[in-house]
Amino acid sequence: MTESLVDLSRLQFAVTALYHFLFVPLTLGMVWILVIMESVFVITGKEIYRDMTRFWGKLFGINFALGVTTGITMEFQFGTNWAYYSHYVGDIFGVPLALEGLMAFFLESTFIGLFFFGWERLSRTKHLMVTILMAVGSNLSALWILVANGWMQEPIGAHFNYQTMRMELTSMWDIFFNPTAQAKFVHTVSAGYVTAAVFVLGVSSWYLLRGRDVAFARRSFRIAAAFGFASALSVVVLGDESGYTVGEAQQTKMAAIEAMWHTEPAPASFTLVASPDQAKRRNDYQIQIPYLMGVIGTRSLTKEIPGIHEIVAKNKHRIENGREAVIALEALRKDPQNAQLKAAFEAHEADLGFGLLLKKYVADVRQADAALIDKAAWDTIPNVAPMFWSFRVMAGLGFSLIVLFTLALYFSLRNTFQQKRWLLRWAMLWVPAPWIAIELGWVVAEYGRQPWTIYGVLPTHLSVSSLSVGSVVGSLTGFIVFYTGLLIAEVYLMIKYTRMGPSSLGTGRYAGETPLTQPA
Amino acid sequence: MFDYPTIRFIWWLLVGLLLIGFAIMDGHDMGVGTLLPFVGRTDGERRVLLNTIGPHWEGNQVWFITGGGALFASWPLVYATAFSGFYWAMLLVLWALFFRPVGFDYRSKLQDPRWRGFWDWGLFVGGAVPPLVFGIAFGNLFLGVPFQFDDTLRVTYSGSFWALLNPFGLLSGLVASAMLTFQGATYLIVRTEGAIQQRARRAAQWSGLATVLLFVAAGFWVRTMAGYVIVAGASPSAPSNPLAKVVTEGQGAWLANYAQWPWLWAVPLLAIVAALAGVALSRSGRGVAAFVASSLTQAGVIVTAGASLFPFVLPSSLHPNSSLTVWDATSSLGTLNIMFWGAIIFTPIIVLYTGWCYRVMRGKVTVEGVESSHSAY
Ligand code: HDD
Ligand code: HEM
Ligand code: HEM
Repeated sequence: MTESLVDLSRLQFAVTALYHFLFVPLTLGMVWILVIMESVFVITGKEIYRDMTRFWGKLFGINFALGVTTGITMEFQFGTNWAYYSHYVGDIFGVPLALEGLMAFFLESTFIGLFFFGWERLSRTKHLMVTILMAVGSNLSALWILVANGWMQEPIGAHFNYQTMRMELTSMWDIFFNPTAQAKFVHTVSAGYVTAAVFVLGVSSWYLLRGRDVAFARRSFRIAAAFGFASALSVVVLGDESGYTVGEAQQTKMAAIEAMWHTEPAPASFTLVASPDQAKRRNDYQIQIPYLMGVIGTRSLTKEIPGIHEIVAKNKHRIENGREAVIALEALRKDPQNAQLKAAFEAHEADLGFGLLLKKYVADVRQADAALIDKAAWDTIPNVAPMFWSFRVMAGLGFSLIVLFTLALYFSLRNTFQQKRWLLRWAMLWVPAPWIAIELGWVVAEYGRQPWTIYGVLPTHLSVSSLSVGSVVGSLTGFIVFYTGLLIAEVYLMIKYTRMGPSSLGTGRYAGETPLTQPA
Repeated sequence: MFDYPTIRFIWWLLVGLLLIGFAIMDGHDMGVGTLLPFVGRTDGERRVLLNTIGPHWEGNQVWFITGGGALFASWPLVYATAFSGFYWAMLLVLWALFFRPVGFDYRSKLQDPRWRGFWDWGLFVGGAVPPLVFGIAFGNLFLGVPFQFDDTLRVTYSGSFWALLNPFGLLSGLVASAMLTFQGATYLIVRTEGAIQQRARRAAQWSGLATVLLFVAAGFWVRTMAGYVIVAGASPSAPSNPLAKVVTEGQGAWLANYAQWPWLWAVPLLAIVAALAGVALSRSGRGVAAFVASSLTQAGVIVTAGASLFPFVLPSSLHPNSSLTVWDATSSLGTLNIMFWGAIIFTPIIVLYTGWCYRVMRGKVTVEGVESSHSAY
């Protein structure tokens, strides 16, 4: 596997996944906001809430279309670009993906049709039921995909089978209740809810600032404020939960996030700012808050958090051990009945993945000398500076969102938010904030998993398909061209419909309408 | 819980079932997309066509997505080998599909005729290209695909996209195009009326006849073709290892199953009879019955192809021993069993609620209806 093939494949995955996740969070949150608005409509019978559901639903639909388009790419990309990965872990990883299709995608995608087309054909309660099923479907899809993704971060419930040369499932229960997956699910869907809440809050604020469709915008603002407050708390509190599981399962990631080069006595301090230097393997300067990190990372005052140097030292042993596993496995593949080889393999099997790290440099791992093992051990540490800063921006935005929603909720309970023009302006300005936090969150989670695709099991450089570099350059270019074009169309329509506001429903009741104009 | 050989065979059936589900459901959407610029002459007529499938195409597309997921879970080696081996074919399908969500959702949101015209052709591409490529890929399975595994089961290929475009591949591509167009046309007979329905009826007759002719021609071609046979080493209950068997070429081997179980001839016969019946029913304007006949055609053609290849799924021309079969390309016993329950429980539920949605939206779609509705595309 050449370096450039691996790098290009990673780049393509990163581009397409980050792009998919521009649309996913708005879908995840907006469905619940629609459910809330429509429930109020069904309970109170006030027309305006139906108009709200339909108008925000229109924006939701424009976004959903691209969520689906980009999702299809993801579903097939494991096969097209990560063929060895697909073979090596398909036995486990394929299960949540298939169940996601059966349980979630069918549900959300079937009912989204009725959500839009069913207004004139369904009773109020039946239509609300359709909206709820759509919401459940999209959130279930997040659950299953994050079970899959959580397993990549913490591969439990599976074992290696040398006869089939792959990982095989041992416990579906473990995979589903994987604590990493559960924490990821809660953190990620809450992030989606926050995104949708800020979106509705910001757009409503814009209408209020311009003094148009006030009754409509005020009601939307309040719903978004309440929903967003709960979600923002959940993201941060459960973001902390994410930190906790990282601490248990992926201490490496944690050490990189914290730029913690050496183990500190418990409880470790939290580094607020630093200038990490990967080459010198230390921070040039840093400002720390005592104790905080130990509490976040281990939920205790006495457990130590391992530092980078210590992790590398441990991984060096694992690589040496894993090298024996690779040697035994290669012999065993040629002579599967040999009991002695089998015993030798089983003795070192737990570190097989670490042995495979050497394959990046040598085809025959026997040739790896001490210097190479050292190098491979240092490879297990992701680049510190991007991890450190991505995490801090995400967390910082998280706290700012809590403040924003606390104020928004407070003033909407006191019913004075319409006069707080600074608050409305802030809400508008903050619409991109959750998107930034989310994309950086994925960078922390995925880039921080390097050099592994399956942590401790399968290195990234072995996972790729045997394609030509030219093919991947071509496909990457194609994706960028298509996605740019699609994004332009999407943003154009989003802005157009946001500007039209509820008048786009053609009810004749809203700003700028001569009663009863026709929509397209 | 089933034993390994049984569940492996069941999964072969289930993958076939998903493929048939795809051809019937997503197939009629793709057929409508293919026919869009021809059966719909004016903007209003095109909107009628779009709105016959508007509320459903998104759910139907999930047959395709779930097919991918199920292949991943049940035949991981096939998922890995086929999609990376057919890299450019796969990308072509994906990129063609990109036109659909935006085409449906965005097209009618602006009045500009150039904008609408662009997306009409986009929807045509999204409907016409995937069946053609799937058909071509399927055809190439009969010829064998140039891949092989090394000792660690890493796959390498020596093929190219252009090599897929050989005469038999292209013929199979046309079979798939014709049959999905047939599916779309018969659906339109049910959901439209007047001039549009007249055109749909004509399209159904032509595409139905083309399906029969091309399918029969492909059948004769397969008779003269070299297929593959397993000569040693395949054990249906052994762990999945495609390198454990020995495979050779055999003249006419793709008809061996039909020779061994002559009742299998009923399947291609069903495809032909159903297609001819569908043509006759379209002629007399009996839409629902024609749609059922066309659906049976889809099932007949797919099962015919699958049964000829069985137990092969993805034969290798480069290194026949590397070929993937029903017995050595599957996931583990545990995974197959879990996924079996997933499929058995959820598929009927999906069929039920999808059916409910079609019931809610039943009736003819008309130009006036579309233009006076606030929910229409
Ligand atoms: C946390 C949530 C989440 C994450 C991490 C992903 N997705 Fe996604 N995906 C969704 C949440 C979601 C969704 C909310 O269900 C979407 C987004 C917008 C939409 O329309 O549905 C969706 C759409 C969507 C679709 C179209 C489904 C349909 O037609 O209904 C597919 C095939 C995928 N995704 C596949 C993937 C794959 C293979 C991923 C992993 C690499 C992935 N998604 C990451
Ligand atoms: C949609 C949200 C996601 C985003 C934004 C995202 C982001 C990324 C990024 C930035 C990379 C590149 C990392 C690097 O190579 O440095 C990556 C790689 C990868 N991710 Fe994700 N990811 C997402 C979800 C997932 C999920 C849900 C899965 C699995 C279920 C997954 C599986 C992978 C794989 C297989 C790779 C390629 C191998 C690798 O580079 O590690 N990703 N992703
Ligand atoms: C104080 C606040 C926050 C903390 C402590 C926090 C913590 C974390 C941690 C540790 C990860 C990495 C998990 C892993 O590697 O597996 C992560 C990932 C992520 N974060 Fe945050 N986060 C915070 C705020 C936010 C906010 C405000 C958003 C978006 C609105 C967000 C969105 C994400 C996403 C989408 C991911 C990737 C998915 C995942 O791994 O769960 N986070 N977060």
